[in-house]
Amino acid sequence: MNKLILGRYFPGDSWLHRLDPRAKLLAGVYFIFVLFLANNWETYLVLGLFTFAVMRLSDVKFGIYLRGVRPLIWLILFTVFLQILFTAGGEIYLDWGPITISEFGLINGVYIFCRFVMIIFISTVITLTTKPIDLTDAINILLRPLQKLRIPVDELSLMLSISLRFIPNLLDETQKVMDAQRARGTEFGEGSLFRQMKTLVPIFLPLFVSSLNRAEDMANAMEVRGYQSGEKRSIFRQLYWRRRDTLSLFIMILLTTLLIWLRTEGGIGH
Amino acid sequence: MQLLFDSVTADYQLGPIRSPRVLRSIDMNLKSGSFTAVIGHTGSGKSSLLKAMNGLLIPTDGQIKIGDTVIKAGKNKRSLKKIRKQVGMVFQFPESQLFAETVEQDICFGPLNFGVPLIKAKKMARDVLIQVGLDPIILTKSPFSLSGGQKRRVAIAGILAMQPEVLVLDEPGAGLDPAGKKEILSLIASWHHEKKLTTVLVTHDMDDVATYADDVIIMNEGQIVMHGDKRSIFSEEKELKKWHVDVPDARRFQLRIEQETGVILPQVCLTVEELAEALIEVNLA
Ligand SMILES: Nc1ncnc2c1ncn2[C@@H]1O[C@H](COP(=O)(O)OP(=O)(O)O)[C@@H](O)[C@H]1O
Ligand SMILES: [Mg+2]
Repeated sequence: MNKLILGRYFPGDSWLHRLDPRAKLLAGVYFIFVLFLANNWETYLVLGLFTFAVMRLSDVKFGIYLRGVRPLIWLILFTVFLQILFTAGGEIYLDWGPITISEFGLINGVYIFCRFVMIIFISTVITLTTKPIDLTDAINILLRPLQKLRIPVDELSLMLSISLRFIPNLLDETQKVMDAQRARGTEFGEGSLFRQMKTLVPIFLPLFVSSLNRAEDMANAMEVRGYQSGEKRSIFRQLYWRRRDTLSLFIMILLTTLLIWLRTEGGIGH
Repeated sequence: MQLLFDSVTADYQLGPIRSPRVLRSIDMNLKSGSFTAVIGHTGSGKSSLLKAMNGLLIPTDGQIKIGDTVIKAGKNKRSLKKIRKQVGMVFQFPESQLFAETVEQDICFGPLNFGVPLIKAKKMARDVLIQVGLDPIILTKSPFSLSGGQKRRVAIAGILAMQPEVLVLDEPGAGLDPAGKKEILSLIASWHHEKKLTTVLVTHDMDDVATYADDVIIMNEGQIVMHGDKRSIFSEEKELKKWHVDVPDARRFQLRIEQETGVILPQVCLTVEELAEALIEVNLA
């Protein structure tokens, strides 16, 4: 339960912690797009170094990032595996019935792996160094223009911030209920799949019930304090855009230029 | 059943961060058949102490001996199952663990997990439900349809039905009205005497300590700072003040009377009855 790193906030005072959440969010999303510019080892090296530098800037130990990758490792390896099998071209290393492993396939597999890991690292950096509530505020502000399209941005971000707000409670409560059922003789992760599924009911039912109760309490509390959706609201936690925020976006543009310069036109698998 | 802690140290592994040690070299010996109250302010490690007794918090150092089963750092799978059968644990707000369709199924959950045959478990469910003061009619009802106090009793019944030899309870009266709380505590006390259990009770109410417990443990920052029989503990006001622990109302009353009149009563009085008797004895009342 406590092993989940992605989505957790680590209080701190690093350069990244002090960056405006809007800047971090923009840069993070932009980074994912920039990743697709990479198509040779030079570009991947540059991106790798960039990722590493950003991780160093966060003042969080490297091991913690590795733990963030661990729960997703099977998904990553599966994708890599498919990539290796279904990309053709270059020298053939293994030809065994319908399965061929080619040079391009292997290289692409490695690239895909790096891409995945970098995306996870960068998004972990953002959530580790940004309070969830700041992140939702940033999302709210950045999505404001969508209100013109009649998308209820305020409501969506309220939902998001309420959900984020209750994740720690939910984790605590899960732990408590698990302990309580363990004390009543449940053994988790034992026996057949069917038996393991059965042990989930005594956990999820109480959690479900308490979440519903809490949602109702919360709705009532908001209503008696006069909450109405669709009203114009000012922002309680002001965000300030500083020079370092502009600088961080500027660094992203530099990175892009460097990548465009280094990439090979029509390179492997593209 | 005897509970023996031998320099037990423990903490919670919180992903990458370790919490500061929540139990710090705890040595204690709870005799078979004793009724011990654990007090101390929030965060002092009372709940963690109870979890250690049930193998939910494994020591990083030292060992715990319950009856003749030992828990220490490392794998303890066999002993854990045995210990959880022998030690019944009532968590704080135990009603939040109710999940089954009917009260009967919920109470049977523990016994069935420990291999009790269904027929026997059902009979047990009926018996304990009556014991905790509820009508067997509700056996077929959903636990979620009950009132708060009833849910609490059903949850406690679910633990009693496991027929543990050691009963540990984390603030079983929290959030109940005074009458409901009193009923639950006297029920636990009578169960304790009837079944010759070893009982550990976490509470914030010194009058509960005075009424139900024999021994008292005072915790502070993960350590046991005082442990002894209640009368000797409550006679050391200075020491208690250091740990911000109150004395029972009757004892406070006694101290005030002794201060005002200069008459020292023959014994440390913890309940109103004891105080009344002592006052009559020295002709102050
Ligand atoms: N599940 C947990 N994970 C991490 N730390 C915990 C957990 N439960 C309790 N703690 C910490 O352990 C210490 C003792 O807590 P606890 O045993 O609940 O004390 P008490 O019951 O006396 O209030 C506290 O500092 C608390 O923050
Ligand atoms: Mg507690």
